[in-house]
Amino acid sequence: MNLIKIAKLIFEYAKYGEDGSVVGTSRAIDNVSIDIEKGSFVAVLGHNGSGKSTLAKHLNAILLPTEGTVWIGEDDTKNPDALWDIRQRAGMVFQNPDNQIIANVVEEDVAFGPENIGVPTRDIWRRVDESLKAVGMTAFRKKSPNKLSGGQKQRVAIAGVMAMKPDCIILDEPTAMLDPHGREDVIRTVHELNKQENITVVLITHYMEEVIDADRIIVMDEGKVVMDGTPKEIFSKVDQLKKYRLDVPQVTELAYELKKEGVPLEDGILTIEELVDALCQ
Amino acid sequence: MLRDITIGQYYAVESPIHRLDPRVKLAGTLLYIVSLFVAEGIICYLLAAVFLGLVVRLSKVPLKYMVRGLKSIVFLLLLSVSFNIFLTEGRVIFQVGFLRITVEGLVIAAFMAVRLILLILGSTLMTLTTTPNNLTDGLEKSLGFLNKIHVPVHDMAMMMSIALRFIPILIEETDKIMKAQMARGADFESGNIIKKAKAMVPLLVPLFVSAFRRASDLAMAMEARCYHGGEGRTKMKPLHYNGRDLMVYGILIVYLAVMIGLRIAMPV
Amino acid sequence: MSIKLEHVNYIYEPDTAFPVHATDDVSLEIHDGEFIALIGHTGSGKSTLIQHLNGLIHPTSGTIYYNGKNIADADFSMKELRSKVGLVFQYPEHQLFEMDVFTDVCFGPKNLGLSEEEIEQRAKDALEMVGLDESYYKQSPFELSGGQKRRVAIAGVLAMKPEVLILDEPTAGLDPKGRDEILDQVAWLHKNSHMTIILVSHSMEDVARYAQRLIVMNKGKVMFDATPVEVFRHYKELETMGLAAPQVTYIAHALKEHGLDINTDVTTVEEAKKEILRLWRQRTC
Repeated sequence: MNLIKIAKLIFEYAKYGEDGSVVGTSRAIDNVSIDIEKGSFVAVLGHNGSGKSTLAKHLNAILLPTEGTVWIGEDDTKNPDALWDIRQRAGMVFQNPDNQIIANVVEEDVAFGPENIGVPTRDIWRRVDESLKAVGMTAFRKKSPNKLSGGQKQRVAIAGVMAMKPDCIILDEPTAMLDPHGREDVIRTVHELNKQENITVVLITHYMEEVIDADRIIVMDEGKVVMDGTPKEIFSKVDQLKKYRLDVPQVTELAYELKKEGVPLEDGILTIEELVDALCQ
Repeated sequence: MLRDITIGQYYAVESPIHRLDPRVKLAGTLLYIVSLFVAEGIICYLLAAVFLGLVVRLSKVPLKYMVRGLKSIVFLLLLSVSFNIFLTEGRVIFQVGFLRITVEGLVIAAFMAVRLILLILGSTLMTLTTTPNNLTDGLEKSLGFLNKIHVPVHDMAMMMSIALRFIPILIEETDKIMKAQMARGADFESGNIIKKAKAMVPLLVPLFVSAFRRASDLAMAMEARCYHGGEGRTKMKPLHYNGRDLMVYGILIVYLAVMIGLRIAMPV
Repeated sequence: MSIKLEHVNYIYEPDTAFPVHATDDVSLEIHDGEFIALIGHTGSGKSTLIQHLNGLIHPTSGTIYYNGKNIADADFSMKELRSKVGLVFQYPEHQLFEMDVFTDVCFGPKNLGLSEEEIEQRAKDALEMVGLDESYYKQSPFELSGGQKRRVAIAGVLAMKPEVLILDEPTAGLDPKGRDEILDQVAWLHKNSHMTIILVSHSMEDVARYAQRLIVMNKGKVMFDATPVEVFRHYKELETMGLAAPQVTYIAHALKEHGLDINTDVTTVEEAKKEILRLWRQRTC
């Protein structure tokens, strides 16, 4: 069953001249159609300016299509009556951990979403408890967000989304401002939510190590979907990825280079174990 | 260098005062300020001081910590004291040129100083014992009646709480930008006022740019989490009065009544 | 040119109940023309350390010598130190403030009190060094792309003509291509202008590719100070500090455990490829 359906999406924004008048339009998303299955973990890759963040903002009705349609479940994002329903079902986590935490205490921030949709007080407490537990931040519930590390702040932001009981979480480069430790933390948390709570995940990133465990990878370039497949399929095309200004994990690159030199290896090796097993046969 | 701001900071301990409903503390502070203006004569001031002393004791905030907050008003204090000392007519006890000190002046200045100090301590105590969030909640709820005349009380409270969250972040950011510009040879310390003001441009422009970026990010994040104003909003921690709060209201009223009584009974 | 640190300690908030030892008895020497990478997880003290090097913070105890002179001496010119030791902070584009790119780059040399001509020449040179041509001069820095903004900010420090260039995570937030472009530019600067480079980084892959010397910090202390190959031999100890070796180093170790006679001192894809091919050809022959 498809949770998200994007059909022939086009998004254009106006470009302004020096005097402030409109001098033309720029196409950030160019005829994109994607269906995302319920419960899946989908990674969207692309360099800065490839349109991946613009796409993400369409899934939460922060941006509305210039042409084409986006459905979250049964709801068309252009339907104003469905707006709050869509935002509750498709939660969003942004890049800068500081700029999305609203309250001065962790637990109160997690409560922000449920408060907005009018959840009764007693249920808010239960949801906050559950969400903090799901992201492993219960011990920090009384702390000020300013005392947390970047990775911890992102987990609080994820808990804030979880407390709205969404079907889907969209993470827009959630690790771009974190150190390797924080990155690992956040990605692990997201995978756990995907497996244990059956939350559909759309992860937008340009770190390749973060996507090797995804169910599906979509690569964007110049507003278009240029690759779409399993990690194995995507990572077997190292040259193509480089053309789109992307990278591959060192192990994949090494395997690819060895293969070029005549070592018989299969395409798209993603882990150290795979490579070692193949070489030691 | 930018961290010495005690006024408006929460002092985290458990105490009966900390546990009070913020509305009680707001009303109490207001009442206490009124009582200070009603006060006249040494007994009144003594009563006000003892009353505050008891509350401070109950709050478990160390007095030393509170006094530190007074540093920021030393200048104001000196100014008002010297105005009173030098500009009050009366029995002259000391004179240099046109400056003279009178007995009446000294007395008024002393009372003035005590009043100011008590006033500042009293209101600092409120912020020291109430979390900013709690305080905003209290304000929002006690000013709720203004909604009827279309004052956006909820929005103002939300703005206040967000400002409180971002002040430490912006302070840290100021520090960082300052250092970065110093690494490019900027000098924020020497020169006259005009030169110093000019030197602030490389600090203020990036700070504003960043504040605007943060504001627009935050607005988007709030909308993404279904924020649409105060309408239909529930609360995780709604305010409820309990017995203790009502009792404190009683005590406050008795205190103010005694103060007014003293003022009437002992005219100066 | 050299910078020498002797027993440098720095303690944050020494008067409070929770003093933080940000640098703990750090002694090291930085020589002319080195390419050093400074690594350590967040809070390991590396940011504090680099701020000492251009006098933005002063050690609680210990001494720093620049070219043999104690920088705490009264007659030592801090202004000169700051121009000789250029520090590019994290997200340097957040410090841009002028109306156009060129004027912003002029800010540093202007503060040094140079002649108009000299200032403009330096700004031009600096922008050329980061690969931005004249078409960018009159553009507003706020309208550039993330990678371009960062170049302008780096040029702003290069215009001071530093002998030592310190970059605090210059690639944070950039995409892979943007990252490679900035690092290649830094490597080019090192090669062509003989600047000493100190690169703060979280990426072991980048560090292995570019640096000649690695300084590893943990809890305010210098734990390792050697070549990348030597440091990455201690990959197990690095892990206890929340760090790691490049992925290829792990591959080499895994192959060794499977009984292959592989040299485990590989830190880049190139080296690993050579080593594995050598073994492969031996075996197939």
